[in-house]
Amino acid sequence: MKLIFEKSVPGRHSSLLPACDVPAYELPEMRQEPLDLPELCENDVSRHYTQLCQRVHGVNCGFYPLGSCTMKYNPRIDEEMAALPGFTNIHPLAPAASVEGCREVLELAAKYLCEISGMDGMTFQPAAGAHGEFTGVLLIKQYHASRGDTARTKIIVPDSAHGTNPATAAMCGYDVVNVASAPDGCVDLDALKAVLGPDIAGLMLTNPNTVGIFDKNILEITRLVHECGGLCYYDGANLNAVMGHVRPGDMGFDCIHMNLHKTFATPHGGGGPGAGAVGCKDFLKKFLPKSALMEGEGSIQVRGFAGNFLVVVRALAYLMTLGKEGVPEASTNAVLNANYLMEKIKGTFTPAFDRVCMHEFVLDLSEFKKETGVSALDVAKTLIDNGMHPPTMYFPLIVHEALMLEPTETESRETLDEAAEIFRKLYDLAHKDPEYMHNAPHHAQIGRPDEVGAARNPIVRWTRA
Amino acid sequence: MAIPNELRYTKDHEWLKEEDGVAVIGITDFAQNALGDVVFINLPEAGDEVVAGESFGDVESVKAVSDLLSPVSGIVKAVNEELIDAPEMLNSDPYGAWIIKVEQVTDREELLDADDYETLCAEEG
Amino acid sequence: MGSYVPGTQAEREQMLKAIGMEREEQLYADVPEQMLLREPLDIPSGMSELEVRNRMMELAEKNRLYKTILRGAGAYDHFIPSIVKYVPAKEEFLTAYTPYQAEMSQGILQSIFEYQTMICQLTGMDASNASVYDGATAAAEAAAMCRDRKRTVTLVSAAVHPDAINTIRTYCYGSNTELRIVPCKDGKTDMDALKEMLTPDVASLVLQQPNFFGQLEDAKAIGEAVHAAKAMFILSCDPLSLSILPTPKELGADVMVGEGQCLGLPIAWGGPYLGIMATLSKHIRKLPGRIVGETTDDADNKAYVLSLQAREQHIRREKASSNICSNEALCALTAGLYMAAMGPEGMKEAARQTTAKAHYLQTELCKLEGVSLKYKGEFYQEFVTVMPKRDCVLAALEEAGILGGLPMGENEILWCATEKNTRAELDRTVAIVKEVLAK
Repeated sequence: MKLIFEKSVPGRHSSLLPACDVPAYELPEMRQEPLDLPELCENDVSRHYTQLCQRVHGVNCGFYPLGSCTMKYNPRIDEEMAALPGFTNIHPLAPAASVEGCREVLELAAKYLCEISGMDGMTFQPAAGAHGEFTGVLLIKQYHASRGDTARTKIIVPDSAHGTNPATAAMCGYDVVNVASAPDGCVDLDALKAVLGPDIAGLMLTNPNTVGIFDKNILEITRLVHECGGLCYYDGANLNAVMGHVRPGDMGFDCIHMNLHKTFATPHGGGGPGAGAVGCKDFLKKFLPKSALMEGEGSIQVRGFAGNFLVVVRALAYLMTLGKEGVPEASTNAVLNANYLMEKIKGTFTPAFDRVCMHEFVLDLSEFKKETGVSALDVAKTLIDNGMHPPTMYFPLIVHEALMLEPTETESRETLDEAAEIFRKLYDLAHKDPEYMHNAPHHAQIGRPDEVGAARNPIVRWTRA
Repeated sequence: MAIPNELRYTKDHEWLKEEDGVAVIGITDFAQNALGDVVFINLPEAGDEVVAGESFGDVESVKAVSDLLSPVSGIVKAVNEELIDAPEMLNSDPYGAWIIKVEQVTDREELLDADDYETLCAEEG
Repeated sequence: MGSYVPGTQAEREQMLKAIGMEREEQLYADVPEQMLLREPLDIPSGMSELEVRNRMMELAEKNRLYKTILRGAGAYDHFIPSIVKYVPAKEEFLTAYTPYQAEMSQGILQSIFEYQTMICQLTGMDASNASVYDGATAAAEAAAMCRDRKRTVTLVSAAVHPDAINTIRTYCYGSNTELRIVPCKDGKTDMDALKEMLTPDVASLVLQQPNFFGQLEDAKAIGEAVHAAKAMFILSCDPLSLSILPTPKELGADVMVGEGQCLGLPIAWGGPYLGIMATLSKHIRKLPGRIVGETTDDADNKAYVLSLQAREQHIRREKASSNICSNEALCALTAGLYMAAMGPEGMKEAARQTTAKAHYLQTELCKLEGVSLKYKGEFYQEFVTVMPKRDCVLAALEEAGILGGLPMGENEILWCATEKNTRAELDRTVAIVKEVLAK
């Protein structure tokens, strides 16, 4: 498909602006370089983007069991509410009395999310999950600094963690202490005890963990960290498993981020915008961020203004829809769907942990690969030919040849049955025609791309021939 | 897999050759094979200090990054700038594609000869 | 209550049975008993779609909609073509995740590649990333990418947006590095002070063009001073203004950052917005965030992929220069769409009209008795006035449905105009100010 630049015709345009009704003003210094942007009429633009969107797989197109990403259905009502002029046309620095509706959106969302997470205070300034982690760990940093406790230079991160956890700790000036997982994927208490001490600022953890198992020792883990003077940070990436059933605040965590674009059904937009709401216990509230130009309490600032407001509008509409009955129901069914799908797949591919899972589970294809030569990557690419988005590949790092599946609660039983059937088909295919799978996909938009070439000789923009 | 006799090796799969008090350092055939296609290398600058057993740079493949660990302590005398534009040389000619030269060497990691290194590779392979 | 769970009660029971369970509670057997919530959540009961709509509309109606907006300060009420509102609502774009699987994500990848290219064309820089969160975080990320072992201090002009200054300060606090503020003189960065502050430990200077007070800085000379001290020059620009103003490349920037909201995104009480980051080829591997690259597939067809991924947190973990994962992809798509819809001439016209209207408003306001211009330098879109009865003036404007400029300091107002403001609106504004001042 042609690039939009290749469709440009000199002089073509849409008529969008009226003639200027005030005298022109000549600025003393002007741009010298020509402005080489595409010249198109509206229909050209419309067709181009329609063609592009036909080459995208969204949740609305089909099954999207991308583990740890919670690709649930994004309700349309939430979109419509986020497009209301009473939200979109409000200036962030408009007088406080004129934005009571916006403030109430944040207050209500904060109230509901505090209740769900077991926290006391909440900020919506962070724009994404990783940004929330950054904010949360800075709460920990400020807390220790406020007590003159400057010896705490390390953050503990389990080896099964998302890459954002260690990267966040490093951005916050901490050394990362990796703790190996126990064979069941949970925190190894002895390994944890071995690293706890007066130099530990805190622990970053997700529970259920990245292999989809709820860590039974969680109270003991948070107690041990607190006992040595550290604080506990909850990575909310997997919150969709436990909403309304158990709260991070009751597990002993001091602060948390929640991905509104995962758990609270706001769309991911091909990579963003999301929102990483950060909650904390009372004693950390004074360290929450605020804008330099807006009213409110706080100390640090991680982004301009109040955050990705329209994402919060969507999440609030979602929470209002589900309410106290629907929130736990969503989690129950996320867990039910994951267990059902795992059970259906179990006859062919092997779960890394053969036990009840939470909202997601990991398949370990290392034996399968030895048997057939077909890798997790090959399976993923063959799934594309079957109209299904592949699961998360090669994560977590503690499982070899991993495929991580998270079906979410919004998928029907038929979809799960079909997916299991596709997996069974691929299992057979791998034994019969592994070569076919090494070369998959065969019917996608493109074949396998040359990523080595792309990285060695980066071409990151179009240039006029 | 090539393991030249005249070189010395670390357990982390770097090779080392000493010429007139200067240590020449690269990565082994085993290392490049394990990494896959190298797409980029982060190098130190001449004049930087390197410490035995610590990272002096890293190599990237498409989906992985590996630290380059220095077998010696000393001062970087030269870096192989050719690798910045042609990191694939690390795959095609690992023993020709030296990475850094270190002078004023003060300390060394425990080094293996070719036979011992071959045994190590066989164990890890 | 509302629900998006498709399964009927009967289906759920069958599914439970299929996994060898009888009751839903068994799904949570791993959760220690004492932690399980015994009471329902203390939030309201769920509602039907119709009820939710009514409730949300009530909230939206509690906000005041101004017919005329003359306030900027980081959020600019520009014209947005209709198509720019409709295309990003296409469900495929909206509901896709980050394009990890290139074989089924060429549409998103190409849209980002086109966005990256447009940002390069607009700024003159060589490479853009796929976006970061907003203008303030873009500046903070740029400061981080310019630091190395020897140079750790970030200089920031006091005329940079206060939100950006605070955000950079927070990122510096995180990384235990120092931030120093370069003072202003007459609403612009003080060149003499800057030269003295450019010590050998300085990694970069962050400058904003036009700056927070609307003034156009002598950016080229400042960039030269920064380079003479072997530091990096980070220039934060209003991207729409770049269609007529000198590009960051022409001004000598090493890293260009900017708030992309003016490219087709609504002001939306502060977000989602778009963090733009672009740099020169030699720094591309230091650029944080996603970058899309062109390559070929196994049949030699052109293909797009997420490239240079080994820079990023999911591979480099604690050694990554940034932890960014999700970005503002849909906002980047919107900005690309905006630039395509407006075209080069449309963007230039929007920028020319913006500056013309701002200068008209300034000229007319300053004709009034008692109103003076605080800073006398050239400006693009915003300017600061000093006038008595400032708060009465703003209140009178509000009563007339006009959101006046941002009150600052003593009796100061930071005004802003865009191509959307008509002459009639501006005349009416001036008439109201005149009336209040005459009282």
